[in-house]
Amino acid sequence: MTSVAERDGKAGRMTRPAPLGRRRDLDWIGIPLIAAAGLAAYWLLPEDLALLTRIAASALFVLSLDLVLGYGGIATLGQAAMFGTGAYAAGILAVNWNNDPFAMLAVGGLAGGLLALVTGALILHARGLTLLMLTIAVGQIVQEVANKARDWTGGSDGLSGIDPAPVLGMFRFDMFGHTSYLFALAVLVVGLVVARRIVRSPFGLACRGVSEDPLRISAIGGSPKSYLVVLYAVAGVIAGVAGALTAVTSGIVGLDSTGFSWSAEALVMLVLGGTGRLYGAVIGTAAFMGVHHILAANDPYHWMAFIGLFLIGIVLFLPGGIVSGVERLGGLRRGKEGGA
Amino acid sequence: METMFGIAVDGVAYGMILFIISVGLSVTLGLMRVVNLAHGAFAMVGGYVASYAAQTAGLPYGVALVVAVALTVLATLPLERLLYRRIYGSANELAQVLLTIGLTFVIVAGINYLFGPTLKRIPLPELLTGTVELGPKAIPTHRAFVIGAGAATLLGLWWLLERTDFGIRLRAAVDDPAMAAALGIRTERLYLATFALGTGLAALGGVLGAELLPLEPYYAIRYIVLFLAVVAVGGAGSIFGSAAAALALGIVDTAGKYLIPNFGEFFFYVALILILFRWPHGFFKGRTA
Repeated sequence: MTSVAERDGKAGRMTRPAPLGRRRDLDWIGIPLIAAAGLAAYWLLPEDLALLTRIAASALFVLSLDLVLGYGGIATLGQAAMFGTGAYAAGILAVNWNNDPFAMLAVGGLAGGLLALVTGALILHARGLTLLMLTIAVGQIVQEVANKARDWTGGSDGLSGIDPAPVLGMFRFDMFGHTSYLFALAVLVVGLVVARRIVRSPFGLACRGVSEDPLRISAIGGSPKSYLVVLYAVAGVIAGVAGALTAVTSGIVGLDSTGFSWSAEALVMLVLGGTGRLYGAVIGTAAFMGVHHILAANDPYHWMAFIGLFLIGIVLFLPGGIVSGVERLGGLRRGKEGGA
Repeated sequence: METMFGIAVDGVAYGMILFIISVGLSVTLGLMRVVNLAHGAFAMVGGYVASYAAQTAGLPYGVALVVAVALTVLATLPLERLLYRRIYGSANELAQVLLTIGLTFVIVAGINYLFGPTLKRIPLPELLTGTVELGPKAIPTHRAFVIGAGAATLLGLWWLLERTDFGIRLRAAVDDPAMAAALGIRTERLYLATFALGTGLAALGGVLGAELLPLEPYYAIRYIVLFLAVVAVGGAGSIFGSAAAALALGIVDTAGKYLIPNFGEFFFYVALILILFRWPHGFFKGRTA
């Protein structure tokens, strides 16, 4: 069925979220479920807390990409620019002035949002290859600036020595990563709640309208570009917070946090989980990083072959990602495919 | 003065390699509207086949070149039928990016499996190793050969697109695929032929440019941004646009490496943003085929 739609040139449906009503049941239990699964993982996998922490922070980043791509329809390969900027801003703040974790998150979000607002206003008039190139270029410039500003960022050695203060003055960041993980999980859940509010607000619906038919949005009096710029900035805030969260929990910020390949990996994770579904970002990130943890330990090239074949398979057979596959199996979409 | 001359020769040769590879991407992007991130991987496959043919099988350079281009085209034609055909059209951007990134990963892993992670060389024949006297200056023969090959590719493509039946059909299909099909042009075959042309050019560039863009498994990922930048600036489907963009990029990049080795990348991407901000469809769009 999907292949017919693709041949008609309608595979824009990959980026199109399913209508609201159909998913309502899954949607409200999604966030508590993720929180519960996160807590369960905390008890079940005490040896892998470092990996779980990275998954939680990355999931927040992928969530920001989901807002941009899944709800705004903006194909980008430069989302890591905002992530890296947030991480560096938080790291520089912690090293030089204030190491309170919440202050770091706030500054990271602010930096990511500002960068997204400025660059979004500059580049979002473009579409297609031009837009892809522009987002890549922004990411490369941020990376180059971070590389050159050695005094502030540590250049290619990375910014280290970030030592965040205890959360709320009570919970220290211990060396086993208990605090780190629970803090990251809490921030991720808050991020999911905020993102859910955003996509269900009138503004979120307007963005969805832009991604489906910008012409019609301008015909009814909206301004497609300004919606997209605001969405891009909001997602930039979340990406910046995710970067800051990584800085808080890992204590180090590297150059690759702004790089092209991190953007591309986030895109892969998102598509794996399913675009336009907030919890798809979390599921995709957990699946990607979990399998990566197992496979890449042997040979990174095996991992590349695996993920490459997986991507091809997803595009050809499961354009909605893992979540849509599960939904389909669960019969939630039965009989509605043709009419979608 | 000596430096300037060196920059000019190296820059033009580098630009010609970028042109040969990127123009293949530009033609397929212009006609099928597919953002093919695996294009760099195809160039890499061409280079590896030539390296194998020349080093292990002991074929002469010219034969290895032809074998590499032919084998790469043959190997990628099934991909057009099986994969690419499903994602043609500008509505499929995200699917295109994902599928071709996936394909690139698979090719990178496969090349590493078959040939190992080490750098591969394509030994040059003696004919290409010396220097050519050009008035008072001498330039390396290989550079001269590359520049000549680039110029020949430019002329050949111009002739193919502007002066042959194939070119007329192709331009018609670029302008309006539905109308071209209605007039009896078999667009599916045209797509297949154009895909073969694009892949062949990639392989040719990969072989000729092995001295300038060294062959290793991450080649496919490392240089694709460069090729895409050439196409974005030159305008999809424009041959002369690609040539001008590739030459400008090659010279600027080479000059940057010679003169200000620390800031080359930075200025390159700033220039890219400025150009694309002012001319979102490419600097040369709409002037030639």
